[in-house]
Amino acid sequence: MGTGCRRSRFVSGSLIALFLAFINGRAWSESAEVNVYSYRNPQLLEPLFNAFTSETGIQVNSVFISKGMLERLQSEAENSPADLIFTADIGRLTDIKAAGLTQSVDSASIRANVPEQFRDPQDHWFGLTSRARIIVTAKGVVPPGAIARYEDLADPKWRGAICTRSGKHPYMTALIASVIAHDGSDAARQWLIGVKKNLSRKPQGNDRAQVKAISQGECDIAIINHYYMALMLADPEQAVWANSVDVVFPNQSDRGTHMNVSGMALTRHAPNKAAALQLMEFLASERGQKMYVDDNGEYPLKPGIPWNALQTSWGTFKQDDISLTAVAAQRAAAIRLADEVRYDN
Amino acid sequence: MTAYLSASAAVDPSLKLQRITRLNRWTIGAVLAAILVFLPIGAVVFLSFGESGDIWPHLLRTALPEYVGTTLWLLLGVGLSVFLTGVTTAWLVTMCRFPGRRVFEWLLLLPLAIPAYVMAYAYTDLLEYAGPVQTALRALFGWQSARDYFFPPVRSLGGAIMFMGLVLYPYVYLLARSAFLEQSVNVLEVSRVLGKGPWQTFRSISFPAARPAIVVGVSLALMETLNDYGTVDFFAVYTMTAGLIDVWLGMGSLTGGAQIATSMLVFVILLIALERISRRHQRVYQQTSSRFRPLPVYPLSGWRSAVAIGLCALPVVAGFIVPISVLGHLSVVYFDRSWTSEFKMYAFNSLALSAGAALMTLMAALFIVYARRLKGGRVLGVATRIASLGYAVPGAVLAVGILIPFAAFDNALDAFLRKTLGVSTGLLLSGTVAAVMFAYMVRFLAVAVGQVDSSLEKVSPSMDMAARTLGFRAGATLVRYHLPLIKGGLFTAAMVVFVDCMKELPATLLLRPFNFETLATYVYRFASDEMLGEAALGSLTIVAVGLLPVLFLSRMISRSRQLNVVSSVGDQ
Repeated sequence: MGTGCRRSRFVSGSLIALFLAFINGRAWSESAEVNVYSYRNPQLLEPLFNAFTSETGIQVNSVFISKGMLERLQSEAENSPADLIFTADIGRLTDIKAAGLTQSVDSASIRANVPEQFRDPQDHWFGLTSRARIIVTAKGVVPPGAIARYEDLADPKWRGAICTRSGKHPYMTALIASVIAHDGSDAARQWLIGVKKNLSRKPQGNDRAQVKAISQGECDIAIINHYYMALMLADPEQAVWANSVDVVFPNQSDRGTHMNVSGMALTRHAPNKAAALQLMEFLASERGQKMYVDDNGEYPLKPGIPWNALQTSWGTFKQDDISLTAVAAQRAAAIRLADEVRYDN
Repeated sequence: MTAYLSASAAVDPSLKLQRITRLNRWTIGAVLAAILVFLPIGAVVFLSFGESGDIWPHLLRTALPEYVGTTLWLLLGVGLSVFLTGVTTAWLVTMCRFPGRRVFEWLLLLPLAIPAYVMAYAYTDLLEYAGPVQTALRALFGWQSARDYFFPPVRSLGGAIMFMGLVLYPYVYLLARSAFLEQSVNVLEVSRVLGKGPWQTFRSISFPAARPAIVVGVSLALMETLNDYGTVDFFAVYTMTAGLIDVWLGMGSLTGGAQIATSMLVFVILLIALERISRRHQRVYQQTSSRFRPLPVYPLSGWRSAVAIGLCALPVVAGFIVPISVLGHLSVVYFDRSWTSEFKMYAFNSLALSAGAALMTLMAALFIVYARRLKGGRVLGVATRIASLGYAVPGAVLAVGILIPFAAFDNALDAFLRKTLGVSTGLLLSGTVAAVMFAYMVRFLAVAVGQVDSSLEKVSPSMDMAARTLGFRAGATLVRYHLPLIKGGLFTAAMVVFVDCMKELPATLLLRPFNFETLATYVYRFASDEMLGEAALGSLTIVAVGLLPVLFLSRMISRSRQLNVVSSVGDQ
């Protein structure tokens, strides 16, 4: 009697569970929505998603994941609800592709909007914006023109003058990787040893923190991503930091300034492929690209999009046009180099 | 217990059989619970068997020695700091009488509600070069730049020890205090009659009796130190956890990361084993009737009471008032930028998740601990220990360990149902709130097990024997006799787990569903981008929401020694 009752409860329980799952499955396939896993901070992406939803009626569900996204996608496998992945650097785009978690996208409109060097050769990922790794110097302390190249940062005359974030953060890793790709690993090692010797303090904080350190007189030179200048100028407290520095776009006389991209990729098992494609096309379109420029201060990848006032005031500059995959290929070497020269210690 | 069993066997063999199956039900249940909780840790260990290339030779040559060294110093520093602060303050508020004692009783808990990384942000804002402290010093002494004077750097090993110590000492304080409250009045009075002063009584009576609880508190603090990433990352202090994250995400080797995690586990197992061995022959049972008489206390006056007030005020001011003031100031400045209408929902999410997880964790802990008491034996002993390991694993790694078995289960179920019934279930558990709650349980079970264990250990087995002789079954004995006796300990356990869940970040971040935020993930959005101003209001809310149960349960703990309330009203 007792077991019979338990058994029937088990059966009805399973039926309910099945029913719920069934509804769930149907909901996924029928309603118009896109599911996003993002390495990027949600406050940077939300305005864009909202604009997309009001234009198309397609709901964007997102979750910001800073660590373990690749493992989550891997273990969810073909049942993963994720359609799109957003990253803030080239390294994680190539990682996700290498893990076999993406698929090729055939879109004439994206191809027309994103220049070739900013997308995967097999169209597995696409850049959305680019960011310049610039040098900032203390106003009135470092004379204009005293630093013109990344290589100048290793000059012994800047002993104790430089601040950077951790040498193993993706932004620094990409810069070191690009130096390896251009100058070779021996020259890159000598360079990084030189920079390390010039540090005024143990690498710490993010890019904003380096500018803050300059404004406080802790150091005179820092390396940051350009859009932090715009973000800091928009903040009541941080504007003071931003106003204490001059901006240098390095290596104008030779290879150009190191650039990285933020980008997107379609997952291999995307359940809402059509809607996801619409979102991808929207972000690469004129409207999406303009929002990236105006709201986040990033450089658009689509040619012909007008720059914001700050970018216009800096003017055009020569960009390092080495292929992003060539830089990404040196990432592991760059991280090891940072360990070997004990950059962070 | 064995004696009781064989006695009953002599009466009726069928009864014996019945008893054994019933006992086995507890054992099996506890072992199953332990296995469930062990799954994620097992997954991490399993991952570590992969091929990690030449990462280890590289690490050994470069950064690893420093990771290990830094970790050891950090553990030593934090361990000492929480031990001294926690035990001293717990002893003072429990056994001494001085003005403000009753307020300090709960004030001393408050730093528990502040996440370590928030503490780090707040103090950095206050003490860095441009902060108000150094600016004032420069103005006062006419210094021009950082080269003119020495100021200890905030972002350093010393800073990490100090600020982690300040948020972690409440573990020791709480456990030590409830142990002191559960002391036997008879023994204390005997000690007095024998002419022993407060120090001697502390050394020879109170401290040895409270030692299991204190050890649990310190080891919880140390495990929390070991798994911390937020603070050490912010302070650029390279511990093994920082190295692990670096190997995993920087060098792209999950295997290498899992190997470091596993070697950290070995570390923890050794610690636990050492602790068990050190108190093997030292079980202290106390006569439960004594708890309903007031503890004999030491009234302090003059300079002694001033010192007591100072010792209790220091951790409260440094661990709560200062960081809250910094956050409060920032919240006001940035209020318009950070206040959103969704705030209430985030707070509700945090609250509901944490409360549910705390309840679940407490029940699992009670089950496991009680099953071991009933049955004893090596298997359950090991199961308890294993169930506690989740606490020492860095949250992000543990979360990966949860992803794997959950998704494997979901995918297998889906494949099975597709094949047999042609229906797809998709992912049932992965990416749901259930996965997040399970993560909390795995992570914080150690907290609950430690507390429940040290409370239940003090209940004499003669209680069980008496209850069973009266014909109560194991479950009824627990509910009718044990629970009322250890309810103070249970409240403590639930409270600490709740507050820990409120603060938990890395597992929540990775396992949560779409469009789902807790206060902690909301704060992280900004804090990860060094936008401390925008993060301040959220941080304050975490603290405020976390405080409610802290205050409530703190009252319950005091009341668990009922007459104590009456007596302390009398001596104010």
